[in-house]
Amino acid sequence: MTLSTLLTIAVPEIIILIAAMSVLLLGVFYKNTTSLFGITQLTLLIAAYFTAQLPIDVKLTAFNEMFIADSLSMFLKLLSYFALSLVLIYSRSFLQSRNLHNGEFYALTLFALLGINLIISSYHLLSIYMGLELLSLSLYTLVAFDRNRPEATEAAMKYFVLGAVASGFLLYGFSMLYGITGSLQIAEISSRLSDTSINPVVLSFALVFVVVGIAFKFGAAPFQLWVPDVYQGSATPITMFIGSVPKFASVAMLIRLLFQGLDHMVLDWQAMLLIMAIVSMLFGNITAIAQTKIKRLLAYSAISHVGFMFLGLATGTITGIASALMYIAVYVLMTLASFGLIIHLSNQGKELDQITDLSGLGKQKPWCAFLLLLIFLSLAGIPPTIGFYAKFSIIQATIQFGWIWPAVIAVMSALIGIFYYLRIIKVAYFDEPGKNLNQVSKSSNNELSVTLSINTISLLIIGLFPSSLMDIATLTSALIF
Amino acid sequence: MVTLSHYLFLGGILFSISILGIFLNRKNIILILMAIELMLLAVNINFIAFSHYLGDLSGQIFVFFILTVAAAESAIGLAIIILIFRNYKSINVADVNRLKE
Amino acid sequence: MLDSYFPVLLFILVGLGVGIGPLVLGKILAPHKPNDQKNSPYECGFEAFEDARMKFDVRYYLVAILFILFDLEITFLFPWAVVLDSLGLQGFIVMMIFLGILVVGFIYEWKKGALDWE
Repeated sequence: MTLSTLLTIAVPEIIILIAAMSVLLLGVFYKNTTSLFGITQLTLLIAAYFTAQLPIDVKLTAFNEMFIADSLSMFLKLLSYFALSLVLIYSRSFLQSRNLHNGEFYALTLFALLGINLIISSYHLLSIYMGLELLSLSLYTLVAFDRNRPEATEAAMKYFVLGAVASGFLLYGFSMLYGITGSLQIAEISSRLSDTSINPVVLSFALVFVVVGIAFKFGAAPFQLWVPDVYQGSATPITMFIGSVPKFASVAMLIRLLFQGLDHMVLDWQAMLLIMAIVSMLFGNITAIAQTKIKRLLAYSAISHVGFMFLGLATGTITGIASALMYIAVYVLMTLASFGLIIHLSNQGKELDQITDLSGLGKQKPWCAFLLLLIFLSLAGIPPTIGFYAKFSIIQATIQFGWIWPAVIAVMSALIGIFYYLRIIKVAYFDEPGKNLNQVSKSSNNELSVTLSINTISLLIIGLFPSSLMDIATLTSALIF
Repeated sequence: MVTLSHYLFLGGILFSISILGIFLNRKNIILILMAIELMLLAVNINFIAFSHYLGDLSGQIFVFFILTVAAAESAIGLAIIILIFRNYKSINVADVNRLKE
Repeated sequence: MLDSYFPVLLFILVGLGVGIGPLVLGKILAPHKPNDQKNSPYECGFEAFEDARMKFDVRYYLVAILFILFDLEITFLFPWAVVLDSLGLQGFIVMMIFLGILVVGFIYEWKKGALDWE
């Protein structure tokens, strides 16, 4: 492998690393945070440019086949840059008003992005682990970022402990896999597992640990313990970040490990994913009904969305992966819009916390209320928004695979979900404003409101013309194998 | 004669102890950190045992990386514990429960 | 059979000798002027004879955290140094990049004031 091929494949990661370190140092030496925002956005743009230069129909590997660039990596990386860029635009005013806007925030998000990129491009258990830890350690720190708020530190502690347990499970599974196959490289693991002399008991032991580790990181039920607390405890921009960009890494990790590494075990992990998908969809949607805090409600809604994603992936078919990739892209777009709206409606010092805080929004801020309507219709999966099409494609893939009853359960849980999403819309439009009403004005931040409007309207527009996004997802998943 | 399965049993036992330590411990957060460390060490035992019996070095290299990452992890864990202590004036697991409704 | 354990016995005897010898020499040769400070057991940075469950200064934790991080790079440096001859220039450059990243972290903590005790 020559240096030049290495550089072409890994150049986005190298750029992100250099930018992260420069931002870290510039933050302490110059303290001009506006320029750091610009540098970070520029980094994302340059990284996106170099990522897009790579071919999608060829699998390129580097670093002794530890690192791979293929269609999946390009699709997920470009989405990650885009999502992070939106997160940064949404976060800026919030962080400035709470005196949290400093160089460390940008450095940590860039390090987290580096971890995400590394996971997405990993083709080796060691590099998956390193990327995962780089991402997780940055996220623990980001959750604890608002360090004078007890809730934030408590959320960080819970996230840290459960995240470390998840890494431990994953690693234990890795060690078993290594023991069985004698290799850490994913393609080699796959080829050695085709040997039938392997002890199936030890192999399924390894598989269980790996799947549990992945499910923990995804936040799928019954391993969802950390999700509600972390969503509620962290500052809203951090919640937005944790709820969106790392999901791309999780889905990449799942596809690399299960579809590419353990593809001979497909019948075993299919059953596990299906069970977790059903439990997550039902648990998330039913528990969300009882929530009074909006961030906690979105946390349980996130669990149910992960369930839908798992359902698509559990089919193990190309259409299943395509629908799951489509779903995750749409889900992240909706998450960004919903938390962007929360940030937009949060006043100086006071955060939008209770659902009842939204009451009277329809009369006071009709435009915001309209955006809220679109976002929650999309989250509920009601046409003509994109949320409908995403759920529809998952259910279609499930039925195509011949699973009728899981598709029925998915439709049922989506119907349960509609109930609490519509309740929020009802609160915003029909409830009389209580004493908690939000002050109009204050949100003089044009950049935020314009981005939020475009983000939300795009949910409707892509919903009307979903075929191009679906075509990209299908092409990506067809080229994975 | 110490065989591979002895090491695997040791690793498994240590792993179970650490899981119990994390979920049954109601006293001190520092104990959780220690349990997490123990968990990673259990994995290390597995890796080294496999590496030895397979005659393949990559398992031991993995252990190096786990060790260093574990150090970084416990550094962040300690930092979070300091923040918890500043905010709650206690590092008892039972005292840190503001997020439960 | 017992012969093979002779080195162990020798080791114990030498160990005892090395341990006891200086103590005896000190008793015989050194001047004896005891006072309170000298009689108290030495513990780094703390008053002796306090409740063992006292609060630690939080700055110890900070030093410990920073120490752990920079201590473990030796895990990578040591094997690298042993086989550096066969790694050649590429191995050297890769390790320098690694150390460069560590130095960035070091500059950050220095500038941030994490190394100042006061």
